[in-house]
Amino acid sequence: MLFVAKRLGSALLVMFAISIVVFLIFFATPGVDPAARLAGRGASPEVLSQVRHAFGFDQPLPVRYVLMMDHLFVTRDLTSYVNIGDKVVPQIMQAAPVTLSLVLGAAVIWIVLGLGGGILATRFRGSVVDPIIMVIGIAAVSLPAYWVGEVVNLITQDRLHDSVFSWVPPLGYVPFAQNPGQWALHLLFPWLTLALLYGGIYARVLRAELVTAMGEDYVRTGRAKGLSERRILWRHALRGSLSPVVSLFGLDLGSLIGGAALLTEVVFGLPGIGKLTWDSLQNLDLPVIMACVLYAAFFVVAANAIVDLLYAVIDPRVRRA
Amino acid sequence: MPAAPLLEVDDLRVAFRTRDGVVNAVNGLSFTVGRGEVLGIVGESGSGKSMAMYSMMGLLDNPNATVTGSARFEGTELIGMPLPKLNRLRGSSIAMIFQDPMTALTPVYTVGWQIVEQIRTHEKVSSQAAWKRAIALLDEVGIPDAARRAKSYPHEFSGGMRQRVMIAMSLACHPSLLIADEPTTALDVTTQRQILELIRDLQAKYGSSVIMITHDMGVISEIADRVIVMYAGRAVELGGKSQVVRSPRHPYTWGLLGAIPRPGQRGQRLATIPGLPPGPHDDQIGCPFRSRCRFAMDECSEMPQLRATGEAADHLDACWLSGDARKSLRGEIA
Ligand SMILES: Nc1ncnc2c1ncn2[C@@H]1O[C@H](COP(=O)(O)OP(=O)(O)OP(=O)(O)O)[C@@H](O)[C@H]1O
Ligand code: SF4
Ligand SMILES: [Mg+2]
Repeated sequence: MLFVAKRLGSALLVMFAISIVVFLIFFATPGVDPAARLAGRGASPEVLSQVRHAFGFDQPLPVRYVLMMDHLFVTRDLTSYVNIGDKVVPQIMQAAPVTLSLVLGAAVIWIVLGLGGGILATRFRGSVVDPIIMVIGIAAVSLPAYWVGEVVNLITQDRLHDSVFSWVPPLGYVPFAQNPGQWALHLLFPWLTLALLYGGIYARVLRAELVTAMGEDYVRTGRAKGLSERRILWRHALRGSLSPVVSLFGLDLGSLIGGAALLTEVVFGLPGIGKLTWDSLQNLDLPVIMACVLYAAFFVVAANAIVDLLYAVIDPRVRRA
Repeated sequence: MPAAPLLEVDDLRVAFRTRDGVVNAVNGLSFTVGRGEVLGIVGESGSGKSMAMYSMMGLLDNPNATVTGSARFEGTELIGMPLPKLNRLRGSSIAMIFQDPMTALTPVYTVGWQIVEQIRTHEKVSSQAAWKRAIALLDEVGIPDAARRAKSYPHEFSGGMRQRVMIAMSLACHPSLLIADEPTTALDVTTQRQILELIRDLQAKYGSSVIMITHDMGVISEIADRVIVMYAGRAVELGGKSQVVRSPRHPYTWGLLGAIPRPGQRGQRLATIPGLPPGPHDDQIGCPFRSRCRFAMDECSEMPQLRATGEAADHLDACWLSGDARKSLRGEIA
């Protein structure tokens, strides 16, 4: 319990530190007028002075920081000056569920594929099954996301759309609350694409860990105890082998939710965080960029904290730390 | 007719195919273990003690290893036994403990859980009953506050305590044979002595047979009924404990006994015999000890067979030296 509290406390602290760093980078870079950057290119003098006032650029740094966080988290009225009138926070709130749906759904698939592949390959070590799974794994990892997405679209939306894949809906996103069936149907191929790209590496990592674990002394003890090979693999070797997979998973999940699913989002026309970040970068829409960076940081930090907690569940030796 | 021995090993061989030829780790080992008997196997590192035991227990999962010969346990052949059948024996009739107690337990489960697993693998008992037995076992091997400690993880125990846990686990199903592969080598001197006493007491109490593997003649003289001295995958001397310890007949055993450290220093390796054992690829001709033997002679280029060379018919050794000359020759070493 204490461990959990400590870990969450440190995650909060890290978040705080990140928010300060991000704030400093965006709004306290010497020699740059932050108001001009906020307001965007070619803003009129009236807008500039309005921005200066709203963000307290005439006041000391700490006050500015507090004002900014207030705009972001409390009043949530930080406004994009590029697309005048667009509130930043609602944009993020709208994009986040899309990305979460995409990434979490894909994660379920790739975890099942990855763990299943790793375990199968280990069980059938020495037969052809093992190298086949491993080659598929490495091939999948090395595929470029955008290309896979394009090929999938070409097949399901175009070439075979009149026959086998006539049931595939057009690109885009349907919210879960609106129609769960359509939600899943629209996301099916994005899920599979993302899962294909990530599942392979999980299978390979898990297999490497499992093969090492199967050579450990405690496996020999298990055999001497009369345990079946299956029980040794599932109950003894697998548990300790999950730690690296879990930490990999935390990193991937954090960065994907934070926007790294950009290419998949773009190919499949999903208006998620990755797409939002991309568009705001194109427009140099500073408030949106900053909010996206903070949002991404939040998920990376949260994912890390969750990984650490999972670690402690898996391995009792971590709990004392 | 004497009762059949519990374990009868005949011409056991373990060979590894390697890139530069075949390594004969065990090279025609034959011995028996009687019921309630403690057999000590002593020999330097690499002499094939562990491989001999692993091959009987089906623990060699190296695809390059071939096991031939026979090991009959209660009349049933162990070598080549199908895995499901072997698994019914392992842990219930034949138990094994290993050299390194630090790594022999699964780190992510409590020790109680692992003992319960051992019991419930072989017996249909409720998990509550198994927990009770696990706690009783831990108590019996001298773990203080066993009920609480059963819920601790292996890393929360010292090496000696972990070896006690291993012993508790191995005895959980009352095996008729316990194979202890250097159970004290990784422990400090005081702990070694305690673990040895524990094994001896439990053996006396339950009457199981024990194969005690060690580097250490001191351990042998404390616990064994009979002794095999192994060298380069073979038995070079075999006999009752007092025969081998008091009137050893093989020059290699002389060296080993000369290497008993003084009291309080047990646990030292057998470093005092000059030279190294033959490399794994040495020719199979001649006495394997001859490169290190100060009595080597022409005959020694032929392989000596294990046979009785003295008065006792059950005290065997593999050496060409004439039976009568041995006493005075041994005197030369000391
Ligand atoms: N995988 C392997 N490939 C080739 N040779 C092997 C392999 N494993 C073991 N050996 C050989 O088997 C021989 C016997 O090893 P073993 O572990 O049985 O010795 P030991 O008597 O138990 O030694 P120790 O006292 O150090 O435990 C070694 O000398 C080594 O040459
Ligand atoms: S056979 Fe020869 S070499 Fe071997 S131990 Fe006897 S005397 Fe020494
Ligand atoms: Mg050994």
